[in-house]
Amino acid sequence: MKIIEQPAHVLHDMLVKKELSAKELTDAFFASIDKSEDTLGAFVTLMRGKAGKDASIIDAKIAQGEELPYFAGIPVAIKDNICTKDVKTTASSKILENFVPPYDATVMTKLYDQNAVIIGKANMDEFAMGGSTEHSAYHITRNPHDLSRVPGGSSGGSAAAVAGGEAVCALGSDTGGSIRQPSAYCGVVGLKPTYGRISRYGLIAFASSLDQIGPITRDVTDAAYMLNAVCGHDKMDSTSLKEKAPDFTKALVADVKNLKIGVPKEYFADGIDPQVEEKVRSAIKSFAELGAKITEISLPHTKYAIAVYYIIAPAEAATNLERYDGVSYGVRVPGKDVPEMMINTRSQKFGAEVKRRIMIGNYALSAGYYDAYYLKALKVRTLISQDYVEAFNKVDVIMTPTAPTPAFKLNELTGDPLKMYLQDICTVPANLAGLPAISVPCGVNSQGLPIGLQIIGRALDEETLLRAAYTFETAQGIPFAVPELNNAEGGASV
Amino acid sequence: MKYEAVIGLEIHSELKTTTKIFCGCKTAFGAEQNTQVCPVCLGLPGVLPTINKKVVEFAVKAGLATNCTINKYSKFDRKNYYYPDLPKNWQTSQYDLPIAEHGHVDIEVNGEKKTVRLTRIHMEEDAGKLVHSGNTIKDSAAGSFVDYNRTGVPLIEIVSEPDMHSAAEARAYMEKIKAILEYIDVSNCRMEEGNLRADINVSLRPVGSDKLGTRTEMKNINSFKALEDAINYEIERQQEVLEDGGKIIQETRTFDPERGVTLSMRSKENADDYRYMPEPDLPPIVMTDEEIESYRRELPELPDAACLRLQNELGLSAYDAGVLTASRQTAQYFDAVLKTGADAKLAANWIMSDLAKNLNAAEITIDQSPVDAKRLGEMILLISKGTISSKIGKKVFAEMWDGNTDSAEKIVADKGWVQITDTGAIEQIVKEVIAKNEKAVADYKNGNKKAIGALVGQVMKASQGKANPQTVNELLTKLL
Repeated sequence: MKIIEQPAHVLHDMLVKKELSAKELTDAFFASIDKSEDTLGAFVTLMRGKAGKDASIIDAKIAQGEELPYFAGIPVAIKDNICTKDVKTTASSKILENFVPPYDATVMTKLYDQNAVIIGKANMDEFAMGGSTEHSAYHITRNPHDLSRVPGGSSGGSAAAVAGGEAVCALGSDTGGSIRQPSAYCGVVGLKPTYGRISRYGLIAFASSLDQIGPITRDVTDAAYMLNAVCGHDKMDSTSLKEKAPDFTKALVADVKNLKIGVPKEYFADGIDPQVEEKVRSAIKSFAELGAKITEISLPHTKYAIAVYYIIAPAEAATNLERYDGVSYGVRVPGKDVPEMMINTRSQKFGAEVKRRIMIGNYALSAGYYDAYYLKALKVRTLISQDYVEAFNKVDVIMTPTAPTPAFKLNELTGDPLKMYLQDICTVPANLAGLPAISVPCGVNSQGLPIGLQIIGRALDEETLLRAAYTFETAQGIPFAVPELNNAEGGASV
Repeated sequence: MKYEAVIGLEIHSELKTTTKIFCGCKTAFGAEQNTQVCPVCLGLPGVLPTINKKVVEFAVKAGLATNCTINKYSKFDRKNYYYPDLPKNWQTSQYDLPIAEHGHVDIEVNGEKKTVRLTRIHMEEDAGKLVHSGNTIKDSAAGSFVDYNRTGVPLIEIVSEPDMHSAAEARAYMEKIKAILEYIDVSNCRMEEGNLRADINVSLRPVGSDKLGTRTEMKNINSFKALEDAINYEIERQQEVLEDGGKIIQETRTFDPERGVTLSMRSKENADDYRYMPEPDLPPIVMTDEEIESYRRELPELPDAACLRLQNELGLSAYDAGVLTASRQTAQYFDAVLKTGADAKLAANWIMSDLAKNLNAAEITIDQSPVDAKRLGEMILLISKGTISSKIGKKVFAEMWDGNTDSAEKIVADKGWVQITDTGAIEQIVKEVIAKNEKAVADYKNGNKKAIGALVGQVMKASQGKANPQTVNELLTKLL
């Protein structure tokens, strides 16, 4: 049995039974990182020193017979837009190249309370803008299943680390699919909870009304445990939900009898890869065989989702990113006066995709255009949400592909931003409606590229999502495995 | 052509909460630079605001006290502009759904009453403070510093309709707003600390016209004198421009209080586009009727009501009542003097004359007075009871003002200033005075009744001011 392939719930039991020490576990992952990281490029910053120290502290606790929190000693990767006290947090941007937060994000406090071992800050598209991690200002990340392909994005580093044996699980963030799409591309489980379920305090904002932190894991069980660990109301986040979270692991029951599943026809329209459609439909069929009831439904405003998203998200991003001006933190490019310093800093240190979205956002918010773009987009967003409210009167969950295609080639879409944006078509509506959604692996295509099944649930009903995903995963019975990193068409060389 | 000035004010008032609007940092004035800051008010990556409920309460009370309608659904917006004292490069403010709208306050200028309408009151955060090595932000890139202590201090902005037509009216309006905010105890209103400041809009139009002329704006005026001077200068300046056939340029002007002139700062032709956006990190503020009513019940007596009460219940003149209620501190002082049982009219006179004179000379406010209300009241009581004369009262007051912390009664006793009411003792002195002042006595007897004044003076002098003047008068008349 390979240690680096195990999910957290297996490793936790081993640690408790003293079959493995936290130090051995951490060392195993850093050994794997030493072997693979030059190829994968999943991390911006590795935290070898702190991870080693933390592992030793946990071993001391184990030796003293202390009860271990669930994530004690488990090596976890953190997307680099989640603030970590005293550890550089760049959001994969040059403008934050030297930014060391003086505080921890709420999710970090919660993970540290669980004695999790944080092994590093994962690569991402700059400020989470992108779907391939090619927009990182530092380096690309490769898909462990095919090194010539992207891992997806923006949480590409997190997904590649979990899939490639460099972390047991990870935190990502999802604004329009940034947890689910890379999870689908990398063959792992990715959960975007209900908006407000997990505190955003300390998450470097991209689009505040859409951003949500969530787990990327090797199986559904770990997703439930990780959600348990980081969710809950936070007084530092006014948008965090007051509702008390249930124990999500109670939902890990293999039973979908009479579960009502809606299959929206709009998600199987033009542009979907035939092999993706086949795998997703066959997954849905297997739910029917397990006793679920399948209905075709319609979400008529789906066709506007991308347009609405690409107005609201850039508008919020345009203001959220105004703070990066070189004045009191981050990188500064000098100028002859303050305005010129700000202009130099922003024009030289933001990447092209970030600048594109800032411009779109400011255009949409400018006087004279606000009503036509931003306000209109908000109204259509309401219509999209209402589609889901109506659908959930009839069904319990909605199933769709996570992405219209499997992982695409590096550089394939970088020259065509619009085509890149269309990759978000299946994932964006759940963000606009604030709904929970999970991506679970549902097989591979003829080239061995993973395909993801997306399950969308009612607001606050992560439990039904987890139950459905767990049932499917159990029925499939395919254990998680780290692929050999030489299986790419393009080879393993970098 | 005769012109009429049209004036509107935007008053910014810092609220006296102990913590900032969106974080738990302290708001105390004068702390060492950048010691009252945290990741949230510094706008670091990843932080989120949380609303200080006290700010909403204070804003609602300000709205209620100025006869506004409170919006039961209100929200925050981001007002975007780049400036280094603004860490996020947006100010969290309220745009289309402010907390309060459609209010009015009454003012009185030269005995004439009028109403000034309020457009709105909204909540927002203050910016930090820039310290330049050069004169402006433009020429001091190497040496500008930011103090973020003030960043996130809560403000309300009170916007008036252009209902004022003279500097005196604008001043009366701002004084009234200041008084109301002090009465409801939501702002310290210390203008010298900048926690009450006004942006003034001034335009001219031909008398009789109902069309508004082009306006100019003067920002951050923080004294009543500057307010009047800036308006008067601007009215004159605009009038000259118009009379010379020129056109007023819509612009922001700065007022130089030392030279008493306004100077062009920047043209508003290319109006800033603040790209307002609803603040996604703060839920809307939803108020129930019950909450609004409970805030209304908590409101104290307001200046207009206090002024009427002083006239109706205490029989003070409208002028006296107005002066005594113009500031909360004065009104509270006056009420505290009355609590000792002192006569209202005497108390009013003492506060408005001797006390006011001394406060002005010392350049301190009434709540800093070395003679507190209780001791002043007790001294006034001694006068009413006839223990001392008003003349001795002035001596007692001076003694207390100069640092004697004893009660009025003890001062009078220690100094032997108790008024002589013993008729026998006074008669003795009167007789001596009559004997010594033959001329005055003769004048009086010859019909010059006024001559008695000199004799009273002599008696008072001989008694070191302690003789009861009324008794002295009676005895003199009788003995002469």
